Amino acid sequence: MSKKIDQNRRRALHITSGIVGAVTVAGFAVPFLSAWNPSEKAKALGASVKFDLSKLEAGAMVVLEWRRTPIFVVHQTSAAIENLPKLDAKVTNPAKEEGITRSANSSYTVLKGVCTHLSCAPKYHPEIEPKAWDQEWLGGFFCPCHGSKFDLAGRVYKGVPAPTNLEVPPHSFDGDVLTIGEVA
Amino acid sequence: MSKQNNSFMNWLDKRFPVTENLERHLTKHPVPKKVNFFYIFGALLMVIFMVQVITGIWLMMFYTNTEEGAFASVEYIMRDVEYGWLMRYMHSTGASAFFFLMYFHMFRGLLYGSYQKPKELVWLFGCFLLFLLMAEGFLGYVLPWGQMSYWAANVILSLFGAIPVIGPDLQVWIQGDYVLSGATLSRFFALHVVVVPLLMIALVVFHIFALHEVGAGNPEGVDIEKHRDEKGMPLDGAPFHPYKTFSALPAIGIFFVIFFAIVFFVPEGGGYFLEKPNFEEADFLKTPEHIAPVWYYAPFYSILRAITFGIPFLGITSKFLGFIIFAASIAILFVVPWLDRSKVQSIRYKGIYSKIGMILFAASFITLGYLGTKPVNELRTLIAQICTLFYFLPLILMPIYTKYEKTLEVPERL
Repeated sequence: MSKKIDQNRRRALHITSGIVGAVTVAGFAVPFLSAWNPSEKAKALGASVKFDLSKLEAGAMVVLEWRRTPIFVVHQTSAAIENLPKLDAKVTNPAKEEGITRSANSSYTVLKGVCTHLSCAPKYHPEIEPKAWDQEWLGGFFCPCHGSKFDLAGRVYKGVPAPTNLEVPPHSFDGDVLTIGEVA
Repeated sequence: MSKQNNSFMNWLDKRFPVTENLERHLTKHPVPKKVNFFYIFGALLMVIFMVQVITGIWLMMFYTNTEEGAFASVEYIMRDVEYGWLMRYMHSTGASAFFFLMYFHMFRGLLYGSYQKPKELVWLFGCFLLFLLMAEGFLGYVLPWGQMSYWAANVILSLFGAIPVIGPDLQVWIQGDYVLSGATLSRFFALHVVVVPLLMIALVVFHIFALHEVGAGNPEGVDIEKHRDEKGMPLDGAPFHPYKTFSALPAIGIFFVIFFAIVFFVPEGGGYFLEKPNFEEADFLKTPEHIAPVWYYAPFYSILRAITFGIPFLGITSKFLGFIIFAASIAILFVVPWLDRSKVQSIRYKGIYSKIGMILFAASFITLGYLGTKPVNELRTLIAQICTLFYFLPLILMPIYTKYEKTLEVPERL
């Protein structure tokens, strides 16, 4: 006995079972792929960091930690603000478009405290006085590992091992509160 | 199938075709009578794969896959576990040996046209195996959680971050954290010990099934299937067992003598097999002076670093372009079967352009490998750029020169 095969019905069944199968696979892929996202614990550890700037007097620096990286927050003195543009000729990349302080605020500078040469920690030397590494030192950061020099806005001097300016992490200001890890 | 005189085998074969498959893939499988030295690497690769699987399982019994415990557990294996040092050094030397054999095995394929019709799939499965081996080696190198594990992984993962638009999110997804951390280590462990080895085993099976369907090649590029005796055995062929099995044994012996000489006397390979900074635990605040890959990635790493320029008007940075060219250097191997338009298989009968091309390709690969282990300077970057060009050119121009160059007449018989 032979019954004629209904090709249309067969095709419809192929297509519907194919679609249902694909949707099922795609649906079950979601939890498995999502599991690779940062866990709640990693998110908590990587969350943004807030800091009250009213506690930081002019000329002082505080080191915060964000995503395992030290973050330098500098309250610039008015002398420093005046001196920074004078250094434009001495630095590799003056980064004028980032503003004098390279931050969203005209008196604070926010930097990743990691030397762009080999990731040592540059030291904060805000004093305007002759130094062993620079007779005309106008304040800035000096990396003790290989002698890289940066100005107070983290711009790298010419002729030192570090290739680029100290990085500026994403940050935003809200009155006296600085948030690192979020752009306004 | 041969006559069964063993009643147990008879019983078994009716339920599970052992004899048929053994004959097809092992004992009676015809292979060319005359091959050369280059044809031993496939067998040695099977041997080293087994070494890696067995030593890997034993290492897994003592290793801890957490950020806090990984480095200490490797030291524990080295100092406290009986023969732990042997397992680890066999595994680390095995990784280097795996790549060494793989490169020669593939070079043999390029020389003697082992990818030509109808062997395209054999070559393709092999290229996938190279890709998986590279992934496997990278994942494994992160596990000891030493300084070089951490920072080399950072370099490679930041390449994903260089992909426009999706890059940064993709990198965080792969890492499972905003920085390379314990979350990354434990997923790399799962991939290294389960996912990639399973895929590799499957591909080895495909590679061999495809090979046994189309038949092994020979340095002359003669088709041995053309002339057969009355039993159907190719006149220039011999059954795999005992001819190939027994001729492979001395080679395996010699291989192990060299292998264990390295394991026992120079397991670190002078810093090329196990790099010195990796004897220090990972420190995310301190980058090593000079980040160099293990020797087997050096040629590709060199290509990556040689790209010091981007395509600004397309928004492609030098880092991303480097990643593209680096990926292309492996991807181009996959399409070699369709680039070669030559009438002959073997380099012996190909024309002068094929010979020059092969020499340039090999010389570039070796030079790139040397440069990849050294710190960059201007001269080295320039040489790496030239070598990158000569790595690609022989392959890119292959469709042209193989079609028009004059080839020699291939003999009928081996």
